[in-house]
Formats: sequence, structure tokens, C-alpha cells
Amino acid sequence: MSRQRKQIPGVDPKLLIKDAAKLLPEPSRRLFLRGAVSLGAVAMLTDCDIVDGPTSENALRVISNFNDWVQARLFSKTTLAPEYPESAITRPFPFNAYYTEDEAPDVDGETYKLEIGGLVDNKKPWTLPELNKLPEVSQITRHVCVEGWSAIGSWQGVRLSDFLKMIGADTTAKYVWFQCAEGYSNTIDMPTALHPQTQLTLKFDHKTLPVAYGFPIKIRIPTKLGFKNPKYVTAMWVQNNDAGGYWENQGYNWFSGL
Amino acid sequence: MSTEAATAAAPALPEAAEPVAPVIHPLWVRVTHWINALAMLMMIGSGWQIYDASPLFGFTFPRQIALGEWLAGALLWHFAAMWLLVINGIVYISLGILTGRFRRKLFPIRPREVVNDFTAALRGKLSHEDLSVYNAVQKLLYAGVLLAGIVIVLSGVSIWKPVQFWWLTAFFGGYNTARYVHFAAMTAIVTFLTIHVVLAIIVPKSLRAMIIGL
Repeated sequence: MSRQRKQIPGVDPKLLIKDAAKLLPEPSRRLFLRGAVSLGAVAMLTDCDIVDGPTSENALRVISNFNDWVQARLFSKTTLAPEYPESAITRPFPFNAYYTEDEAPDVDGETYKLEIGGLVDNKKPWTLPELNKLPEVSQITRHVCVEGWSAIGSWQGVRLSDFLKMIGADTTAKYVWFQCAEGYSNTIDMPTALHPQTQLTLKFDHKTLPVAYGFPIKIRIPTKLGFKNPKYVTAMWVQNNDAGGYWENQGYNWFSGL
Repeated sequence: MSTEAATAAAPALPEAAEPVAPVIHPLWVRVTHWINALAMLMMIGSGWQIYDASPLFGFTFPRQIALGEWLAGALLWHFAAMWLLVINGIVYISLGILTGRFRRKLFPIRPREVVNDFTAALRGKLSHEDLSVYNAVQKLLYAGVLLAGIVIVLSGVSIWKPVQFWWLTAFFGGYNTARYVHFAAMTAIVTFLTIHVVLAIIVPKSLRAMIIGL
């Protein structure tokens, strides 16, 4: 960190870094650079060479991994997310994605099948009528977005832990991975998958899940940030390797527990 | 007492008699102060960037003064610097209590003295002769910023973990209110920081004391 760098006369190190940033191939390599430069005052205070983008970025990722570990330990399988009365439901409940509402995937419910894979005994795909016959659980909980806003919604569906047991999933596996119709994906830890409030959601406010909220299936996880609640789910895999996810791969914290 | 010993000690006497400047800020205060300054700058800068993703009020912070480039980067900074802030804060508060420094330096805070010292300060008549003794306004501001520091950490934890620490979130009036509390504590700290830095520039020997202790 505290390695000294010789200044070249006539060269503004900040501009040099800007130019270097342009050369970096992936956009993700550039994510934190400008912020690091704005920390110039701090760098002077500490005599640390933190203006070095990739170095600070790697350090931040290491700490983020440590934070995953901390959060997994803070997570309690018996602590429930607070539930609210019907009157507290946010209406209209917001649509949120990295695309606009009219770009949301239009999945055909008639032909839809939920694919099952990985460390599971019964890999038979599930149609919507079959899923709708399973015992229903309901929750009115707060959806907390990584951006900071939150909204209270009402979700009904199958308790994921019941479903995993029914299909003979190896619940000693580490992860459950979800693939979505528009290419989104998510990996969650098994303890969260087995949490009593984690739900394979088929309805919003007791009505078939609208397209905006993830038709035909959303995975509702009130113990995780919104982006860890995949919509338009088409496949579910039980596995021991972390397959990452759409936002996690871009730098958002992996565990993102609430 | 032998005369020999007395004569031997005599030449050293003039030097020993020279008054030794008292340490105004012990080393642990100076170290934790500057670590805190660094952690606070990182927390505030990244916090502004996080705020911008979903502003509570009708304004956003300019990206040039925010840290982290975008939301994910800012969150990485925020949740990394929090460890520095909290661990350093625990060390500082523990030593402040155990050494009796807080009790000696910050208390009691008497409203009448605060008013008097504040008026004197506005007239430019507040003495800074002895930096080891805080005036009543300083006592109030330092105790106040300590409280703001505790509130910002606890409200921050309540926003970070509204399920695991639901009781803490409930204490701050629920998730949405806790965000406002967190913002208000930031505003209090930034206001303190502004006054603090301006006064340190006006009275440069106070800055010297926080660096070399004397």
C-alpha cells in the first residue's frame, strides 16, 4: 500500500490514471477508479497509494467476501422478517429491473415448465397447474432494494424448503442457482433457501403473479435484498459451486442479507 | 544524602528545571483521531453515492465529491470502511471511558457556560491559551459528535440488517425512518466536521497538538 511512486515532471498523475482507465478492457475494471481518485486527499493524509485503482478494487472485493462470511453467521434460520397487515401493502407495488416494464419477458404459462437440475433425486420439470396444486403459504413482507427504497408486498406460493424436500434435493449442498427467462440469474446459500419464509412465489396479492412482478415464478426471499429475489424463473439447480449472478458478478455483495 | 551525590547531580539541574511541555493529546487519542478522520471521509463519500441511488430529499450529491463511481462501488467502500470506523470507534470510546479522559475533558457541560463561551467566541474573545482544557462549546460539540457517531453506526446497522436486527430497526422507527435518522446523523457529523476544520485552521496550534501531541 505505502509504496512510493516517483513523480515524472510535467505529468499529472491523475490524468495518467484517467488515460490508463480508458485502456482497461472490461467496464467492470473501471468501476471504482474515479472514486479512488477523488480520495486523493485521503491518499495524501496516509501516504498510501490507494489511487491505484485495481489494487483498491481487489482489496474491496476481499473485504466484501469477508462480509459474506460475517453475514452468513449473522443469518438465523429462525429469525423471521417482520410481517405486515394488508393495509401496509404498497400500492402500486413498484416494478424494478435493469430494463423497462414493457421489455419484461413474456413467458407463455401454457407451455411453461420449471426445470429442475443438479443434486436432486426427481428432476421432473413442473408445469404451472402442478405447482398451483401444492400447499400455499402467504406473506406480507418488506422488499428492500439495494438502492435504499423499500416496498411492502403480498406474496403467495410454495414454501421453497418444502418443495426442495419434495423433489429430493440434497439440502446439504451449498447453493441453489436460479436461471431466469431474460438471462438474469442468481445463486443463494442453502440456509437461506431453507428459511421458512423463502417462497417459490406464484401469486401477488392472491392473484396470479403479474408480468411486472415476475410471471410465472418469482423466488421471494424476505431475508435478502431485492436483487436476490429472482423473477421469471425458468430453472432451479441445487449445486455445490457458486454460479454467481447478474448483479453479484458486477460488484454487488454476494450474500446481500437483510 | 551524600554531598558527593548532590554535586554530581548539580550540573544536570538547569536542564531538568526547564519546564517539560505537557502532552495535550496522548498518542492513543491522536492515532484514533486520524484513523477516524480517514474512516469518516470514506463513509461520508461513499454514503453520498449510495444516497444518490434513491434520494430521500429533492437533491443529490455531485458525483465528483462522492466515492465509489456507482452504487456497487460505493457499497463496497461503505461496508469496508465501516469496519475501520467501528473497530477504531470501539477502541477510542473504551479508552476514553477507561482512562477517565471523557469524564475529565467533556463533563460537566453547563448550559450557562456554553452560552457565555459561545458569545465570547463570536466576539473573538475566547481564549485558546491552554489547549488541554476544553471550553464549554467544545465540550458540547465533542460530546455531541460522539453521540452522532453512535447514532450513525446503530442506525446504519438497522438499515443493513432490518431482518436479523429487526428490534434495532423498530427502535429507530422502522426501516424508512431509520434511513432519515442515518442521514440526519451524517448531516450532524458533516456540520461538526466543517466547524472543526475551520477552527483548526484559525487556531493552528490545535492542529499541531493533534499531530505531535504538544
